[in-house]
Amino acid sequence: MRSMRASQTWPKILLLGFFVFLAVLVLIPFAAILIASFKPGKDLIRYGLNLNLDFQIMSLANYVFLFAGDHPYFVWFKNSVILTAFQSALTLLVSAAVGYGFAIYDFRFKRTLFICVLLIMMVPFEILMLPLYQQIIAIRLVDTFSGIILPYMANASTIFFFKQYLGGIPRSLIDAGRVDGASEYGIFARLIFPLMKPAFAAMGILSAMGSWNNFLWPLLVLRSSEKFTLPIGLNTLLTPYGNNYDLLIVGSCFSIIPIFILFLYFQKYFIAGMTAGSVKE
Amino acid sequence: MGEIFVAGLKKLVYSQKLAPYVFVSAFFLTFAIFFVYPLANTTVMSFQSVLPGEVEFIGLDNYTKLFHDEVFWKAVANSFLYMVLTVALLIPFPMVFACFIHSKIMIGGEFFKSVLFIPVLTSLVVAGTIFRLIFGELPGSFMNQLLGYFHHEPIKWLKMQTTGFGALIVLACWRWTGVNILYFLSGLKSIPQEFYESAEIDGANAWQKFFRITMPLLKPITIYVSTISVYAGLAMFLESYMLWTNNNSPDNIGLTIVGYLYRQGIEKNRMGYASAVGLVLLALAMLINLAQLRLTGVLKKEGE
Repeated sequence: MRSMRASQTWPKILLLGFFVFLAVLVLIPFAAILIASFKPGKDLIRYGLNLNLDFQIMSLANYVFLFAGDHPYFVWFKNSVILTAFQSALTLLVSAAVGYGFAIYDFRFKRTLFICVLLIMMVPFEILMLPLYQQIIAIRLVDTFSGIILPYMANASTIFFFKQYLGGIPRSLIDAGRVDGASEYGIFARLIFPLMKPAFAAMGILSAMGSWNNFLWPLLVLRSSEKFTLPIGLNTLLTPYGNNYDLLIVGSCFSIIPIFILFLYFQKYFIAGMTAGSVKE
Repeated sequence: MGEIFVAGLKKLVYSQKLAPYVFVSAFFLTFAIFFVYPLANTTVMSFQSVLPGEVEFIGLDNYTKLFHDEVFWKAVANSFLYMVLTVALLIPFPMVFACFIHSKIMIGGEFFKSVLFIPVLTSLVVAGTIFRLIFGELPGSFMNQLLGYFHHEPIKWLKMQTTGFGALIVLACWRWTGVNILYFLSGLKSIPQEFYESAEIDGANAWQKFFRITMPLLKPITIYVSTISVYAGLAMFLESYMLWTNNNSPDNIGLTIVGYLYRQGIEKNRMGYASAVGLVLLALAMLINLAQLRLTGVLKKEGE
């Protein structure tokens, strides 16, 4: 590689400047809500959301209220954590088993069934929303976490990803397991499962993000405040009178944090999971 | 007798022949219960008038009514406009940005990639609320402050067709630019460096390299990103739901197809009519899928 020529200095600075500008644009909404979280909600109703730093009125009052006030915010937060954990774990387990079945075995109707996986990916969930909602009412799963989790259990794109991933597993490993007398399920649980860690990480992060931010389906299923997840709870604070804005703004700020922390820690898995579908075999 | 039966069953479940069916059983169940059944259900309902306690077969009435429903056409027009604008903005710009980040002279590419990715991590409830307030009609809202610097009167951003829809597009671009950059970057990484080196030896300039090498080789990724964008654009709902608190935009300036389905089915409890809306959406989605399969040539390969 040749050393950098002097003529490249200006393009470098221009390019850097351009991306700093882009980054500032992207971060404006976050800065706005962060600044607003230190102001009284009344101020927001009177003047609107902006980047004005007015130290006369800024205080930690909203944060004190968030942690010590009388409101169900942390009940919602806890629900979101529980639901996200359960839903991600179940989706990963079930999808891994299904992906394994498709990747390793040849069986009757395999092709037909796999076309069904692709079919699910092709139909927007919103179309099924109403009949599913009726079904959940009919089988008495309204206002339960099961009602939220069950329809998402075998996630088509996760199955697809695992199938692709497991396609690269050497068959000799499985045959060796059979020779050692392990059952088919034993092979999956003891030999294959440990090999799937990177795939689990990528899909786990993705499904945790989807579950944490999921809104439309929980909105239909949940009825009682003590079962609300964070997005649903925050949405109930959006009244036209703006009387809950103190909690809404500070609670919104706080709800971004868990996903941010996950992202900072597991960045490469996030990115692997996001772009998994685009890489053609 | 019973013991023999149980032992036999156990042997069957553990046999190599049945194992694959056990592995995929969860998918089969989900597919039957949470996909086929509701899809069949909604298809049947679209030919019915569904009111609490009375269901009546009315043939194609829902569809004929839908065809003459001005609000529905407004929703279709909005969805298509949103789709066209988001595809027009969220394909070329992220592609060029990805090339910049990928270039040798980029400083801090990893950092900017992460920053631009952050918006998609944010729940739409939060993002929509922030944007609704930024585009608020008060003189002190961020956008009106900007106008103030240019000595312009405050605007009721979300109450007018053009500016309201503009806010929706800004929200979409803010959210998805970073994700699309990632897609294009994953495509750029798979282009061998030698291509560019040999082009340089032949005296190609930056433009020629971009149009002759980068763009053609990014075609599969471009098709993929276009498809998911078209698809997401068509089924867009939550962005507008959040921007105009609870699906209520003045004059339906932000109403989308799914928004209309939600309004008819959930808010007004007209399940039959809403199902008809859903099936029209399904037909549109299937057309897009077919177009994509044609483009990627999957159908040609499978034409046995």
